[in-house]
Amino acid sequence: MTAPNHRWRQFKDLLMRVVTFACAILVVAPLILIFYHIVKQGFSSLNFAFFTQLPKPLGEKGGGMANAIVGTFVLLAEAAVVGVPVGVLGGVFLSEYGSSKLNWWVRFAADVLNGVPSITWGVVVYGLMVVPMHGASALAGGVVLGLMMIPLVMRTTEEVLQLVPGGYREAALALGIAKWKTIVQIVIRTALKGIVTGVLLALARVAGETAPLLFTTGNLGWAHKLTEPIAAIPLQIYVYAISPYDDWHRQAWAGAFILLLLVLAINVGVRFFTRDRFQSKT
Amino acid sequence: MALAVFVLVALIGYELARGSQPALHKFGWHFLFSSDWDPGSDNYGALPFIFGTLVSSLIALVIAVPISVATAVYLTELAPLWVRQPLIMFIELLAAIPSVILGFWGLFVMVPWLHDHLFPGLRSMLGFLPLFRGPDYGPCMLAAGIILAIMIVPIITSVSREILRSVPGLQREAAYALGATRWEVTRIAVLSYAKKGIFGAVILGLGRALGETMAVTMVIGNSPQFVASLFQPGSTLASWIANQFTEAIGDLFYSSLFELGLVLLGVTVLVNIFAQLLLKTFAGPSVKPQH
Repeated sequence: MTAPNHRWRQFKDLLMRVVTFACAILVVAPLILIFYHIVKQGFSSLNFAFFTQLPKPLGEKGGGMANAIVGTFVLLAEAAVVGVPVGVLGGVFLSEYGSSKLNWWVRFAADVLNGVPSITWGVVVYGLMVVPMHGASALAGGVVLGLMMIPLVMRTTEEVLQLVPGGYREAALALGIAKWKTIVQIVIRTALKGIVTGVLLALARVAGETAPLLFTTGNLGWAHKLTEPIAAIPLQIYVYAISPYDDWHRQAWAGAFILLLLVLAINVGVRFFTRDRFQSKT
Repeated sequence: MALAVFVLVALIGYELARGSQPALHKFGWHFLFSSDWDPGSDNYGALPFIFGTLVSSLIALVIAVPISVATAVYLTELAPLWVRQPLIMFIELLAAIPSVILGFWGLFVMVPWLHDHLFPGLRSMLGFLPLFRGPDYGPCMLAAGIILAIMIVPIITSVSREILRSVPGLQREAAYALGATRWEVTRIAVLSYAKKGIFGAVILGLGRALGETMAVTMVIGNSPQFVASLFQPGSTLASWIANQFTEAIGDLFYSSLFELGLVLLGVTVLVNIFAQLLLKTFAGPSVKPQH
């Protein structure tokens, strides 16, 4: 092997390291930029009224998003009620019961559902609930988010249950404990942290969803009953962002800041919470 | 409870098909090939939106694929160990940013920047192509493609990373033993082995880009037209539904929007199934899509 060739090969090696490193920087850059702009603009747009007041009618300055902030939490609670039981139980089924052939199809369907565009969910629930109920409602919005959570929660639950060592199950069964009791008291309890993590991440994901809410929640004032329309932060950001008014843009920045904070806090918190597991995996 | 997923799949398909019944009945296959969208004469066609969806996703892939695959290679093969963990976390956080926030940022920060800095440069360098000709008003097809690229980079990167990690260590050692440099090991032993899986990751990213709604709606300009120039506004299936649904009047208008949803569902489901099959045949059930 001649020396110049060797040097050329080493140069190529170095070059590719630099190129791939540059690509990695390029991937992270938007995150940093988004964060920078949202925090800078959003923080200065925040004030006390933002959290306590309702949106003002057009032309009046001030006002806040109190209804949207409460609305987002109401919708998330509904979504959890719809999505968590089905998702977790489905995950338990996938991991503990079922034949491998059936499970293959369930997993496959869940992965396909995960890929269904969020706008499609919105249209479906519009046809399913908004039309028969003659109007948008908090209920429809919560259901749409809950349905979207099901495949997410199901897959993560299954995954963490599979991490529970088989010896635990065998030990319990060997003691003559019924299978359902083994699952509830041993398997689920061992994996509880992971299941909660999965649920929180799914909630963080649907918290920012806007497209499915466009036609289902109505985005108005305070909802006193679940059958009334409700507002949500992401929807409010969208409506304000595409409006031509500076004061509404300011509100949208503040809303984006709060929403980003909420979503990232859950994500970072969960990672911090489960750090050991993640490190052993990577 | 696990069977709920089948019920959901059936429900989505049934509901969209039911909603689009009048449009299906009236326009038949013609709907897919007609470029009219005229509420005045109640004539609707999906072609401009199918076109817009394909173009914006294609732009996104052209930008995102090289960057994501290179990043995945960097993360698994070349980066020092202490860099990997924080970088992976950053990429996961980028994936977690809600689409409406990305769109909002795109509309108020990225689009003006593109307008002032990138587009004039593109026009003077590549202006001989019809793609980069003509005036730009701000929101446009290219902006949508770039936003989509930002959104699918994390998915393609993390799935590719899983794929690269599943390449057996023996592959690498064999190449090292032949005296290959680190990059040569990556190229010969790792990338060629993982080709099919990475292709699966790219298709998964495509599936995501096709159906993305909010961010695209905010930066694409929402105009039902065919244009050669990427500086012009356009629309995708998803963005047009989002934009028109609340303004829809008349049964046929609604029904046509439902049918757009049906088309979108059909396309994304097929693309996702294709991606799943590629990934599953590559590495067994251990590789799962990241969301």
